[in-house]
Amino acid sequence: MLDFLAELWRFMRVRKKFWLLPILIMMVVFGGLVVLTKGSAIAPFIYTLF
Amino acid sequence: MRILGISAFYHDSAAALIEDGRITAAAQEERFTRKKHDSAFPHNAITYCLAEAGITADGLDHVVFYDKPFLKFERLLETYIALAPRGFGSFKMSIPLWLREKLFQKSLLRDELKSFAEDFDSSRLLFCEHHLSHAASAFYPSPFESAAVLTMDGVGEWATTSAAMGDGNRLEIFQEIHFPHSLGLLYSAATYYTGFKVNSGEYKVMGLAPYGEPKYAKLILDHLIDLKSDGSFRLDMSYFDYCTGFTMTNDRFAELFGQPVRSPDQLLTQFHMDVAASIQSVLDEAVLRLTRSLARQTGSRNLCLAGGVALNCVANGKVLRDGSFDNIWIQPAAGDAGGAVGASLAAYHIFKGQPRKPNGADGMSGSYLGPGFAQAEIERRLAAVGARFAVLGEAAMIDATAQALANEKAVGWFQGRMEFGPRSLGARSILGDPRSPGMQKNLNLKVKFRESFRPFAPAVLREDISDWFDLGSDSPYMLIVGDVRQDKHRQMSPDEQALFGIDKLNVARSEIPAVTHVDYSARIQTVHRETNPRFHQLLSRFKELTGCPVLVNTSFNVRGEPIVCTPEDAFRCFMGNELDLLVVGNCVLWKSEQDAALKQEYSSAFELD
Repeated sequence: MLDFLAELWRFMRVRKKFWLLPILIMMVVFGGLVVLTKGSAIAPFIYTLF
Repeated sequence: MRILGISAFYHDSAAALIEDGRITAAAQEERFTRKKHDSAFPHNAITYCLAEAGITADGLDHVVFYDKPFLKFERLLETYIALAPRGFGSFKMSIPLWLREKLFQKSLLRDELKSFAEDFDSSRLLFCEHHLSHAASAFYPSPFESAAVLTMDGVGEWATTSAAMGDGNRLEIFQEIHFPHSLGLLYSAATYYTGFKVNSGEYKVMGLAPYGEPKYAKLILDHLIDLKSDGSFRLDMSYFDYCTGFTMTNDRFAELFGQPVRSPDQLLTQFHMDVAASIQSVLDEAVLRLTRSLARQTGSRNLCLAGGVALNCVANGKVLRDGSFDNIWIQPAAGDAGGAVGASLAAYHIFKGQPRKPNGADGMSGSYLGPGFAQAEIERRLAAVGARFAVLGEAAMIDATAQALANEKAVGWFQGRMEFGPRSLGARSILGDPRSPGMQKNLNLKVKFRESFRPFAPAVLREDISDWFDLGSDSPYMLIVGDVRQDKHRQMSPDEQALFGIDKLNVARSEIPAVTHVDYSARIQTVHRETNPRFHQLLSRFKELTGCPVLVNTSFNVRGEPIVCTPEDAFRCFMGNELDLLVVGNCVLWKSEQDAALKQEYSSAFELD
């Protein structure tokens, strides 16, 4: 997981996308909730959009 | 240096292996799992690539994935934010999937690769941008020392269209058009609107186009796409739903054309054919403007193409005839499967700085990069499934096949290594006599179980192409459309000329009606002795018997089925449809001699495409 976070940090630095950070944190929080509540996700069905 | 390229998790998973810059094996996962467009991690394809090279995963210097998941996630997130609150329904379905799996693709890949080599660590794993993978798959295997490169597809990370320049081992993308503005997605929107499946029905739209008139081309240019003179473009997103919804187009799109979206079981009418003709003519125009401006910008006389849109052989034919470039080379696996080849080549030449030495021939070996089977192995496998066959010598096998073809038999032809990419090129093919007026209908309805309007492609001896077709170039990968020569056309009566739409299909238009489309065009494959000597011999023998060096060549499968991979797949397909003869290596199988109990219901065995 630490590898992943370090890589995400490097990605945001290269792409200069620090403004994504608060959104990502919020999503991880809500995403965690979704996982905990076993929310379902349908399979992707149009092109490579998802 | 050995590098494995992987394309996976979206559609058309594949693996490709390069050894010191040479592509030695490549295959799509769907051929092994028998699941069309399989998007799963390509376990089977990787196993095959390693076996072909006689190595284990420990012998790999690098493994390269064909796109960058973080960049794709960035695009998704920014698109949702830009369009919020619209798209919340799509957001709440896709983001959890990303947060649970797709964002962690690196560890997912590492874990999967550990099943091939226990000590596989992330330092050997590289990532290559989607359009750079496409561009590399187009340029590095091409025969050119330097070339302009154009890639067009639905969407990768951000890019939907890229222009690049390749020279020696260097390849640089210098211009991109970004999502949501995409020629691929515009074409897919028309595919959806005309009632076909997105991501596989695009061929049908292209095949349907010649039956219609481009009546709506102006409407599309006025409302849907703002196409500039240099080929750059923007879509008016108020007509599309793919950014925020679950469909390609919205109600406004349907109102613009005046009819609702066609459901798949609804009859195809002249209206749908006109829409297909219109979208094809707009695509042709956009691609022509792009290639003309690319020629001006780069000054190059050579062009390489890849990306899903490069599978549109009608547009490719127009680019060739336009003359902006003298030479065109198109990656045969232009879709995402080819990204596996491109990613590995990009890693070798760009990331590792290895030299490139083009030798005048292309590096795809005729695209015969998949599994092959020795004669003894074929006999063992066929016997195991209860097939009754005769083993003939090479010349006798060729002669028996050519005789059957001349007698209008439908023949399954399985020889050598399987093709990589969506086209059958004479290794896993169904063949027929193109001179037979009923062949197109027979093959479509009884052999392939698909719509009668679908055109078939001719395979022609390279030496004889100018006698039969107007095409100023080789087309070894069946990716360029050219016209049947005027002197081979058949004069039509005034009544026949007055026919419209699908009715046109029943009129023989040339000496080779089964492969002549209603506009006299044909999607040509030139057959070369150097890359497929057996297929070349078969065409030569057929020419001796009939005077015609052309055969109908279509993929060895039925509708919705991946192309056959093994002798068992071929036998199963043979026993499930109306093929008369199957030739696997030197084994010859007649349908009439097979055990009737082995026949099976096959037409509904696969989900419709």
